[in-house]
Amino acid sequence: MGHTFAEKILAHKAGLEETVPGQIVEVTPDAALSHDNTAAIAGIFRRIGVPRLAHPDIHVIVLDHACPAPTTKHAQNHKEIRQFVAQQGIKHFYDVGRGVCHQVPAEEGFALPGALVVGSDSHTPTAGAFGAFAVGIGRSEMAAIMATGLIWLRVPESLKIVVHGQLPEGVTSKDLALHVIGDLGADGGLYQSVEWYGEAVQALDMEARMVIPNLMAEMGAKNGYIPPDDVTFAWLKGRARRDYEPIYSDPDAEYAAIVEYDATEIEPVVAKPHTVDNVAPVREVAGTHIHQAFLGTCTNGRLSDLAMAARVLEGRKVAPGVRLIVIPASTEVYRDALDAGYLRTFIEAGAMIESPGCGPCMGNHMGVPAEGEVSISTANRNFRGRMGTKESEIYLASPLVVAASAVAGQIVHPNDL
Amino acid sequence: MTIRGKVWKYGDDVNTDVIFPGKYTYTVSDPAEMGEHAMEDLDPDFRSQVQPGDVVVAGKNFGCGSSREQAVVCLVSKQVGAVIAKSFARIYYRNCINNALPAITCPEAVEALEKGDEIEVDLMAGEIRTSKEVFSFPPFPEAVLGILNAGGLIPYTRQRLGLKG
Repeated sequence: MGHTFAEKILAHKAGLEETVPGQIVEVTPDAALSHDNTAAIAGIFRRIGVPRLAHPDIHVIVLDHACPAPTTKHAQNHKEIRQFVAQQGIKHFYDVGRGVCHQVPAEEGFALPGALVVGSDSHTPTAGAFGAFAVGIGRSEMAAIMATGLIWLRVPESLKIVVHGQLPEGVTSKDLALHVIGDLGADGGLYQSVEWYGEAVQALDMEARMVIPNLMAEMGAKNGYIPPDDVTFAWLKGRARRDYEPIYSDPDAEYAAIVEYDATEIEPVVAKPHTVDNVAPVREVAGTHIHQAFLGTCTNGRLSDLAMAARVLEGRKVAPGVRLIVIPASTEVYRDALDAGYLRTFIEAGAMIESPGCGPCMGNHMGVPAEGEVSISTANRNFRGRMGTKESEIYLASPLVVAASAVAGQIVHPNDL
Repeated sequence: MTIRGKVWKYGDDVNTDVIFPGKYTYTVSDPAEMGEHAMEDLDPDFRSQVQPGDVVVAGKNFGCGSSREQAVVCLVSKQVGAVIAKSFARIYYRNCINNALPAITCPEAVEALEKGDEIEVDLMAGEIRTSKEVFSFPPFPEAVLGILNAGGLIPYTRQRLGLKG
């Protein structure tokens, strides 16, 4: 009997011949991500009572959740992290403004095929786009990794998704992922390793691929996985920090389920308030008045996302009464968007451009909505209160739909603009 | 170990943003203060009326969303005795165990229990008892039980490292 990607990589990392779903293994991650929560994690680490990190080189710390600091308390939090980084001699530290904690490790070559990545952030599965086994964990667990280098993981069952054919023009990987989440539900991949196959997935560039495992967190999955191929290897050239060894599922691996989709039938969609699986075609909610549009985040703040939005906004204006906030996912994206002229397009359209980071995604700053306001966002969560205001609504969509809606002042299918 | 308290009942897919809003994640660090925001955007009565030992009972995928551990610590701070759900989001489940808050998967009990019911949860026997019925749940895996018995991941890690207390 063959094994899935998850079974194989966890066996490899645990030094076992093989593993089966349900088995618990103890492993040392290749990379351990944390962000603004590192000060709290450091506090727990100190309570354990070990003076030094077990493996300082596996820790990657990226400040992004409230950057630059909006309040004295946030600034104090960042300061404590910088002190901890200095004390412990942590080399892989990316201070405020460098970018989002799932984008920077990709650019810096930590997200690699066959790597085991853990992160004290629920969107850690993003690195699965490169063929890493990447899972979100809690703060105490990260502190325990700091002390011991070890974490226990349950070997997950695997779900195989196959997307046949090609996505139509104007339909993005965001629409594909939301479509699947809408179909399978917010717990459709609970505890599972979700593997993605098919021509539609293979045809995506690396940036578009990253959207899919990122959103698998919203389906309850442990991780998402796209098998590494030439697209992956080309992207990693000059970026990978070390040699890597891709791991692939065996052809006769056993899956909890195999679900197939026809890409040609997928259309632009939104996730309506207040759950990510509340998915509907854009045209079904067309005409919904919006107050704010947000382009950015670990889901859709990359160069190709900004390029899509710039194409829509070129020569157009953001509707009166609508705020369009653009936040590049990293300094690299910011610079490249500047060179490509996208930032000029955004400014001339009437958008605001903020420094790389999470921005208003979880309601810290840079565009918190007022009560009664409606936002459309390229982020990955639309839970009640997510952007900081309980009595407000969030629609999630692709960069194309967000940009088109900002121009229209209401939700609109890009083809109807 | 037996937990006794009354039931706080919620639906499916209760997410961490309504259990502990994200906007407080870097400004609130004291567990007692976290407790004062518990269930803030889901049930405004919870934080003022919950009693030590009370049990949160919910549908499927409880704790979905963010990895924020405060969404567990805020309940621990209110001395919630256990959480019973039809299923748990995986990081939330781990965070519960790591903070020694028993997370029990028992769909039958969730169907039967109503808000305000007085219940007893016997972790060793694997039973949830009401005045009328008894529901069984599977035992915790050994790795999980070790952490629960130690009082959470931090004391467990200290024990493993041979550190006292």
